[in-house]
Amino acid sequence: MDDPSSLLPLPPVTFHILLALAEEDRHGYAIIQDVAARTGGELKLSAGTLYRSIQRMLEQGLIVETRERPAPEEDDERRRYYRITPFGADVARAEARRLAQLVKFARESGFAPGRA
Amino acid sequence: MELYRLLLHLFPASFRAEYGEEMCAVFAARRRRENALALWTAEIFGTAANATRVHFDLLRQDLRWTLRSLRQSPAFTLTATTVAALGIGATTAAFILLDHVLLRPLPYPDPQQLVTPCLTQYTKGYFCIQTSPPNFLDWRALSTSFQSMGAYTSISVNLSGDSQPSRLDGSAVDSAVFRTLGVEPMAGRGLTPADERLGAPNVVLLSEALASALFGRATDAVGRRLSLDNQVYTVIGVMPPGFAYPTRDAQLWTPLRFTPRDYAERDNLYLNVVARLRPGVSLEQARGEIELIGKQLERAYPKENAGVSATLVRMRDLISPRSRIIVLALFGAALCVLLIACTNLANLLFARALARRQEIAVRVAIGAARERLIRQLLTESLALALAGGLLGLALAAMVTPSLALLVPVNLPVPARPSIDWRAFAFAAALTAATSVAFGVGPALRSTRNADANALRSRATAGGRVDHLRAALVLIEVACTVTLLIGAGLLVKALRRVEAVDPGFRAESVLTLRTTLPMPKYQRAAPRREFYSRVLAEARALPNVTSAAYISFLPFTFRGGIWPVTRPGQQEETPVSIRYLTPDFFTTLRIPLLRGRDVTDRDDWNAPFVAVISESLARRLWPQQDPIGRKFNVAFFDRTVVGVVRDISVRSLEGSSEPQVYLPSDQVPNGGLIFYAPKDLVIRASDNPAALLPALRRIIQAADPEQAISGERLLEDIVASETGPRRTQLNVLGVFAAIAFLLAAIGIHGLLSYAVSSRTREVGVRVALGAQRRDILGMFLRQGLLLGAAGIAAAVPLAYMAARAMQALLFGVQPGDPAIYAAAAALALAMTIAGSLRPALHAAVIDPAATIRAE
Repeated sequence: MDDPSSLLPLPPVTFHILLALAEEDRHGYAIIQDVAARTGGELKLSAGTLYRSIQRMLEQGLIVETRERPAPEEDDERRRYYRITPFGADVARAEARRLAQLVKFARESGFAPGRA
Repeated sequence: MELYRLLLHLFPASFRAEYGEEMCAVFAARRRRENALALWTAEIFGTAANATRVHFDLLRQDLRWTLRSLRQSPAFTLTATTVAALGIGATTAAFILLDHVLLRPLPYPDPQQLVTPCLTQYTKGYFCIQTSPPNFLDWRALSTSFQSMGAYTSISVNLSGDSQPSRLDGSAVDSAVFRTLGVEPMAGRGLTPADERLGAPNVVLLSEALASALFGRATDAVGRRLSLDNQVYTVIGVMPPGFAYPTRDAQLWTPLRFTPRDYAERDNLYLNVVARLRPGVSLEQARGEIELIGKQLERAYPKENAGVSATLVRMRDLISPRSRIIVLALFGAALCVLLIACTNLANLLFARALARRQEIAVRVAIGAARERLIRQLLTESLALALAGGLLGLALAAMVTPSLALLVPVNLPVPARPSIDWRAFAFAAALTAATSVAFGVGPALRSTRNADANALRSRATAGGRVDHLRAALVLIEVACTVTLLIGAGLLVKALRRVEAVDPGFRAESVLTLRTTLPMPKYQRAAPRREFYSRVLAEARALPNVTSAAYISFLPFTFRGGIWPVTRPGQQEETPVSIRYLTPDFFTTLRIPLLRGRDVTDRDDWNAPFVAVISESLARRLWPQQDPIGRKFNVAFFDRTVVGVVRDISVRSLEGSSEPQVYLPSDQVPNGGLIFYAPKDLVIRASDNPAALLPALRRIIQAADPEQAISGERLLEDIVASETGPRRTQLNVLGVFAAIAFLLAAIGIHGLLSYAVSSRTREVGVRVALGAQRRDILGMFLRQGLLLGAAGIAAAVPLAYMAARAMQALLFGVQPGDPAIYAAAAALALAMTIAGSLRPALHAAVIDPAATIRAE
């Protein structure tokens, strides 16, 4: 099994996609909407950026395509759904820890609000 | 939506196949929600950026795969890299030469505007030769097409001073020359019209190299004084490093000054001219104008300018057609080598693809897109080409210095071609092109029929001859034979030139030059004293058989052509005149056919005499005894006292004018000084080079200010006439050897494949009673057929190529049967050598083993 820390630091887009898939499987457009909603419209992924990242994340084993699909009424034949893998979850956690560590350092140096 | 689909084509096909539909869905959904213009703008830039990144992602993946796959087959990788390196290296080296001689712009600002106005003697067939001061001045005054025009002539001076006197070559230039070229001195000043006035102070400009050699730092030279030809010159400037005009050897430049006599002699042709076109004036317009001016002058001066006109050549084109052909021929040969390398590589890749059929079939079965596989295979061939390209560039760099001999001397460029971004760019483009050339075929073919059948069968389709691969080997054989024929023809031409009898015997003769400094030696007496002293002492040295002085050695000076007329007749015959001391003919073993040699008694007060060459005697007085006859050359009537055999004066290969030899004591005082003898020849019974130290002492004792230069053996002078030919042949020989090796390997590879694909058939045959030698013969025949076909294809190609370079062949027929037969025999031998091993393998196939394996 690959070491999660070997993929750190994660590109921001990758991290956001992992976040989007944290709770449920989604298809491409849903990921884009989720990321846009979470960042308050700041990060609007284009189709190219999204699928390029998805291709890489598939290679790296962070996500997989899934066969289970939601109920037929909501389904769209053109869509593929993606699911985060346990390894992907590990990597997301590792990245979150790394970011938290950075924020801690920033607080200690007085660059971020809040207690160290 | 259609527009968006079109935009998606920027992405690789495999990516599009995977995600194209989804991306369209996303786009459709977004278009419903968001502003169209913002969306489109974002998408266009975003797609372009992302598509590039995806391509790079794929490239990185492919490179990882390629490196791993190449590492796993080191033998293949090494072979392929070497083959690619040979092909790319040879072609790059040939390109470097081609670029240096023909393509690269001259190192002056706006070099395409530089032209060379020159004289045409159309009745004598001289197209572009030197002109005279009056003609030059008229050209300059009457023409309007030129921004500036200047003239120059070569000079050679004695530098004397504290150390040993030495000989320096340079040019007398008028003040417009450097301005025309667009070059400024790096220190000091250039020449002005004031410097050209007679009686103005003597000034000189030095090359950077000479200035550094004489004064330490080049810039220190300005203001210093030099003693040139016993006169004091002040250095007024130093030219930038690398500047050498008009030839590489030019080290100094003095002002060109015209005497009243120069203005009068319209037929004394010794000036070279350079001009810069006015902006907006084309070459044709300027040429038209100068031709018109030439005609005007011919009408105005019907006597001196009879049969004379003017024309214009772009300075870049001043290369002899011969040099051009040599360089182009080498480039063509290199392309042959490249073609062979590419076909060889393609065959290597085909073989490799065959070995990987199963691997590829598996990958297709689990869903790999064909385009993706092709991309990977092309990346592999690109990586091989890149490795070969780098190695090839290094090889070319190593070989480049030895190409210097093929750079024409009269081109104002350095001898050694330089390797800069142009060579790199060419090598890079060539690498890309070759990788596509040899990679595409195998990549396409190996992914074409990769299906379930491939997974099942181990052996290839039995018995089918792979026509494509056979065709590639045929190309290799044909190219090799062409190169062999070309090399063979040139070898024969070289032998012919070497066999040319120059008319004299060059072995065991030492030569050196003592250009008498003026004005000291302008009078006859000092000259005579110098010659007699030096010659007497030289003859007294041990082992010396004979010694003499002459104006110019054969092959060292192509001028000195004067017209000869008979009394009462108009007809002129051009001859080359030389002044000499007695014993020249004995020293060079030139047979004296009639009459006598010149003697010491033929001095200024005695009747003017001449020794002429046989061909002149035949032309002027056919069937008659020439001794005692009178003729006029170089201002005086002379009587023939002797006839000698003709010698080659201009070159071994070309024809020379008849020769007229005049006694050294009959050089007019003050006139024709240029022809006063300066080349000493000494024949020794053994090791003439050992005489040098003694000779130097003798000459220094006779005149300490006399510089000695050009110490060489006469046989080396003759040998250097064939120097460029030998270099060209060496290069071509290397190419032919590489081609030979590669083609042999190609045949070997193809036949090995044929044998392995017909193993079962062979087993069956043997089981049914075929003898070993039948099997051997079967495959040898296949190889020979291929070889014969290649030879047949090569013959017309080689003939066309030989016709194109006929100027180099020195009379050897382009279709010389002996050479073609020899090349064919070599090619057949190569074919047999390549076919033998696989055929022998086939002959020892155990039928039981092959049938069992089914």
